[in-house]
Amino acid sequence: MSITTSKIRTSERKNISETDNFSARMGHFGRFGGKFVPETIMPALDQLEEAYNKAKNDPAFNAELEYYLREYVGRPSTLYYAERLTKKLAGAKIYLKREDLNHTGAHKINNTIGQILLALRMGKKRIIAETGAGQHGVATATAAAMFGVQCDVYMGEEDMRRQALNVFRMKLLGANVIPVTSGSKTLKDATNEALRDWMGSVKHTHYIIGSVVGPHPYPTMVRDFQLVIGKEARKQILEKENRLPDYLIACVGGGSNSIGLFHPFIADKEVKMIGVEAGGIGTGIGQHASTLTSGKIGVLHGSVSYVLQDDDGQTLPVHSISAGLDYPGVGPEHSYLKDIGRASYVSITDEEAVNAFQECTRLEGIIPALEASHAIAYTMKFAPTLSKDKLIIVCLSGSGDKDSFEVAKKLGYAI
Amino acid sequence: MMNRIDKKFEELKGKKKTAFIPFITAGDPDIETTKALILAFEKRGADIIELGIPFSDPIADGPVIQASYHRALEKGIKVTQILDTISTLRKKTQIPIVGMISYSIVYKFGNKTFVEMALKAGLDGLTIPDLPIEENEEIFDIASKNNLKIVCFIAPTTTNQRMNLITRKTQGFLYYISVVGITGARDTLPEDIVQNISKLKQLTDIPIVVGFGVSTAEQARMVGKIAEGVIVGSAIIKEIERYEREHQEKLVENVGNFVEKLVIGAKS
Repeated sequence: MSITTSKIRTSERKNISETDNFSARMGHFGRFGGKFVPETIMPALDQLEEAYNKAKNDPAFNAELEYYLREYVGRPSTLYYAERLTKKLAGAKIYLKREDLNHTGAHKINNTIGQILLALRMGKKRIIAETGAGQHGVATATAAAMFGVQCDVYMGEEDMRRQALNVFRMKLLGANVIPVTSGSKTLKDATNEALRDWMGSVKHTHYIIGSVVGPHPYPTMVRDFQLVIGKEARKQILEKENRLPDYLIACVGGGSNSIGLFHPFIADKEVKMIGVEAGGIGTGIGQHASTLTSGKIGVLHGSVSYVLQDDDGQTLPVHSISAGLDYPGVGPEHSYLKDIGRASYVSITDEEAVNAFQECTRLEGIIPALEASHAIAYTMKFAPTLSKDKLIIVCLSGSGDKDSFEVAKKLGYAI
Repeated sequence: MMNRIDKKFEELKGKKKTAFIPFITAGDPDIETTKALILAFEKRGADIIELGIPFSDPIADGPVIQASYHRALEKGIKVTQILDTISTLRKKTQIPIVGMISYSIVYKFGNKTFVEMALKAGLDGLTIPDLPIEENEEIFDIASKNNLKIVCFIAPTTTNQRMNLITRKTQGFLYYISVVGITGARDTLPEDIVQNISKLKQLTDIPIVVGFGVSTAEQARMVGKIAEGVIVGSAIIKEIERYEREHQEKLVENVGNFVEKLVIGAKS
């Protein structure tokens, strides 16, 4: 797939800043975003938005968040020069933003720590979350354990089977994992169920959404908690290379690690951004989860965005070897970045991802999550087409330890 | 021409009667049965029909309704087929029909196109549970120009400020979601329903209809005392589920009996 060179024109720059102002009120990114939810939870979203706006401008809140990110999560994560991968591909110089080194092994904890601090400020006594692969569930259960808060995690029965280890981890952490048996028994159904729980429990419960999806203020708030990825990476690359990167590459399911990396570079027009979606096993219905590359604009889970839907607006089935990318929607801000041409989106198949998973492991001694393996797979195709003076930052969003069983199965190993 | 919903409430007001509004899912167990059920409900005294358009990922509905949506979709029901069925029904009945539909579906067709399709089919109103007042300027304009009612919701969590806005926006009637639940046997209604409804009555003259959580004739009777209408959904869907393997005639007969009891409750 070709990369469209994206240059921000003046008008687009204006768009972005206007959208930022607009989004502060209504949560719209151009024609995307919004709050398409039942009346029952509208007051809770208003309350959350108000609490978040106060907190983000409160030095005490930010100091507390920084403290936990540093002392508990282990930030900053390193920006690691992948020397052997670079040499093997013989093209652009590749840096990996090591979110796999965070406590719990993925970027998800950046958001859950932020949201649980906010929940405590709002006086909420209970936390709920949805999870697909279980990474967000584990990150939520972890933060809940550390702060001593009751935690219920909704998880599709099918995902519970695929990610039994994470189910056990959540239980060890004291969370209650609630199996979801409706629909396709995966992430989207877990999200439906969590929203439904929240409708009846908003008074004392906070719902921690794990990605930049859902109704406003979630896409903005989750992005803000993930900005730490891009802010650190920007500072680190300037220290190491004394210049900005040419490309940022990150996987996109809901899109939280990618928006976290991309956003602090949006105004740097020379930095190009590439989001990598799950191409699954083919381009047919139910064979992939490439929402931005092959979806249409629609409404799902509270916002307007690109969605995989049929002509009636019914959600289509999706597939990816990576449970974290197996989602028929995508964050509205990515839809916006696609529409204005600021970021481009490509897709990588299951097979290419599994291949990249092994290459990265063997060449760098780093086992990447299957989600991040999609970003690495695209880098393996793309870097060789660039000259050696080009710089790429790839977001290694999580560790692949959790995927060992799935990959072993795919490769025909019996464990 | 006066909208059928307005006409119905005017008529009921004259008789000092509560509207009984059964909810069913279009296409569960099949579209022909849906048609037969609507006609049967009218005969049994239902005043307005709320017809659920199945959606793959409903968030405003409980598990019973979600399961019925799922059954209907599994059988391949399409939006156009539902609208065609309503058109055919209009040759036999003038009962007001309100479509309950996710905004995901409306958005896909486009506000204007969908409103036109709904009107042409003979729908009188739409309730769009996942479309809050802040997001629905356009569809309101289009619908009110075309005499299609957009029915808005109030929940027990709705703030006073929002109550003000919503009571001014809603058309046809106001849908009060008693989400905290009034299920199970009770002699009295939960305090907040009574309080909220009297608060709403100070704000608006539009009929107030209570839905979500009403499942027995006794509850319908209690709600009927404080509101202009009662909606029962899940309890009727459960009855349909119970007889889904039976012949259509038997299913319609039994579900009709159940609805008749609720009608009597609501109007007593």
